[in-house]
Amino acid sequence: MSTPRIGVRKTYKLLIGGALVRTESGRSLEGPTGDNVPWASRKDVRDAVRAAHSAGSNWSGITAYNRGQILYRLAEMVEARAAEFERLAMAEGSSEPAREVATACDRLVYYAGWCDKFAQVAGCVNPVTGPYFDFSVPEPMGVVTVAVGPGAPLLALLTQIAPILVGGNTAVVLADDAAPATACELGETVTTADFPSGVVNILCGKQAETLQAAASHKEVDAIDVVGATLDDRFWSGAAGNMKRVGSHGPYDWLDPGCQGIGWIERYVETKTVWHPVGI
Amino acid sequence: MATSTEPKAPGIGVPTWDYVAAPEARTIVQLADRYDHYIGGEWVPPSSGKYFATIDPSSEGVLSEVALGEEADVGAAVHAARVALPGWSALPGAERGKALFRIARILQERSREFAVLESMDGGKPIRESRDVDIPLAAAHFFYYAGWADKLEYAFPGRSVRPLGVAAQVIPWNFPLLMAAWKLAPALACGNTCVLKPAETTPLTALLLADVLRQAGLQPGVVNIVTGDGGTGAGLVRHPGVDKVAFTGSTAVGKEIYRRAAGKRVTLELGGKAANIVFEDAALDQAVEGIVNGIYFNQGHVCCAGSRLLVQESVAESLLRKLRHRMDHLILGDPLDKNTDVGAINSREQLSRIQEYQAVGVAEGAEIYQASCALPEKGYWYPPTFFTGVSQSHRLAQEEIFGPVLAVITFRTPEEAVEKANNTPYGLSAGIWTDKGSKIFKMLGKMRAGVVWANTFNKFDPTSPFGGYKESGFGREGGRHGLAAYLDVR
Repeated sequence: MSTPRIGVRKTYKLLIGGALVRTESGRSLEGPTGDNVPWASRKDVRDAVRAAHSAGSNWSGITAYNRGQILYRLAEMVEARAAEFERLAMAEGSSEPAREVATACDRLVYYAGWCDKFAQVAGCVNPVTGPYFDFSVPEPMGVVTVAVGPGAPLLALLTQIAPILVGGNTAVVLADDAAPATACELGETVTTADFPSGVVNILCGKQAETLQAAASHKEVDAIDVVGATLDDRFWSGAAGNMKRVGSHGPYDWLDPGCQGIGWIERYVETKTVWHPVGI
Repeated sequence: MATSTEPKAPGIGVPTWDYVAAPEARTIVQLADRYDHYIGGEWVPPSSGKYFATIDPSSEGVLSEVALGEEADVGAAVHAARVALPGWSALPGAERGKALFRIARILQERSREFAVLESMDGGKPIRESRDVDIPLAAAHFFYYAGWADKLEYAFPGRSVRPLGVAAQVIPWNFPLLMAAWKLAPALACGNTCVLKPAETTPLTALLLADVLRQAGLQPGVVNIVTGDGGTGAGLVRHPGVDKVAFTGSTAVGKEIYRRAAGKRVTLELGGKAANIVFEDAALDQAVEGIVNGIYFNQGHVCCAGSRLLVQESVAESLLRKLRHRMDHLILGDPLDKNTDVGAINSREQLSRIQEYQAVGVAEGAEIYQASCALPEKGYWYPPTFFTGVSQSHRLAQEEIFGPVLAVITFRTPEEAVEKANNTPYGLSAGIWTDKGSKIFKMLGKMRAGVVWANTFNKFDPTSPFGGYKESGFGREGGRHGLAAYLDVR
């Protein structure tokens, strides 16, 4: 009788600035899968925001076609890891892991196709009274903090992140406390999907703590929150530099209504440009 | 402005070329001694019985008294809007549109009366109220009237419905125009409104109430409560309000946002726009743009080009041209059709501008002021610019909201971008160059909601307007302006 083999367990890590790292705080929590997961700190939030801020021009500066290909590449990578995502989703509370992971993948493909199209739908030429050419175009808001909502671990993550990336923003993702391993697994997946480093940053631990840190950080331009109650302290921080706050949901994440151009438009600015017409 | 009594050059028959006063008659405006709130289609006295005076800032003379709105008045107005909501929102879009078209038409017909009153109550030159404020206000109603029955085309593939009762708090710099910007899209989308005009400029909004009566608008669809900042604060906090739209200072905007805690809010706040002039720009045109950018409406413009970023190589010649142009601006009676620069809106605003002048001097910047005489009565401040301003100076960072320009130089386009974006604001920007590719490179890097290239301070109902960063969020004007008043699913 052979000796039972001891499996090699994974050490889950945060994704900050393209690197998979432990929290600077040295703290960890035991997640629902039984694994230890990093318990990200305020300082990790600052590092992630800094990375996302620096990555802004690398992401919004590449072509829309290229952004579409990178999102599609992420779908390929997620599909390849589907079995592991399903296993983690099950452990982290999913009731329909296979359907959720498949939908997440399809949703990425859906948004990959929006990258080089949404500006044509969201932008316009304005027929002003006078000899001027006038047009409006969508532009990224900048750094968007994504507080991932509860339920459907991988699907919720990607449903919130993908449209924000389509808009040309960079993301600091604060995982749902109940699904840290899925978030870390996605972090590893992101590193294989051709994103410029810092475009997607993923933190886990205690969302209430990191969300407050993000709310009072001046380099965060917007915050996406699903199904949470936001307190006065949050709003004081957010109003400090007029962060755009999208507080919405909760959702049945499998609902087809959880995708659409409205999800992209939530995190874009509109820039209007005037120029005289004449010789 | 007035005729000069002495010739400027010796010799017989040498004309002085001064303008002869050409004041617009005030008689077209019939003012009541006092105005109540306009609630549910009726004039309703304030619950407190208190009124306050509204004055002509060019003479400090009292024009009329208006009601001071308090909690009970706000409550009554919100209640009237709630009662009117089911009927108005259920009306077919085409019918709502027809009501708005009527308003637009009546505004056009009564435009002269509105223009005179706007200049009397706010101090802006009649040329601006006549050619900009009132025509644009009418155009806004006309534009959004046409959207009322076409909302499904604005957001294809999605369903839309009105938000409910909109609380709309507007500023004193473009009183009627801001009322139109707020009311027209809200009404087209099927919302009902409570409008709170600014404390110092309530009269054209109250005259608008008479237009709404003439147009046969259903009672309660638009309610107008006058008062001060406390009245506005009470309105935006009222639990019966579904949507808050505010135009004003960033400080107040932040407070509204903080307390709104998740309510639907759009905010159009302050700015500190950079007007960037490259060495290859048409300098004479740029000078007109700079003047229009900062001295239009006495600089009481949130998107004013209050920072001039000029490329070092042309700074000297541009400033020489600018000084020359400034010295020919005519400051004086707002009702005079020759006037370029009117009165400062209020004593409070004048002191604020004077404070900034002192700050600029204390920070070591060098001041230049147009050589025009200031009338003895009223609130006046001459067109002014400061040179030797650095990025850290308060003149370069804070919104003054007056005819004060901060001049900063740069050498490279990268430096211009860096300096232009280096404020918490992001409302507008100007770029002056004859090179098209440079315009596009620059405008892509401007963190601002409106970029004027080789022009400045242009507005149109079809053109979305609004800010990035601390200049607020949401857009007014165009198709985008509808989103602020609809629940889009």
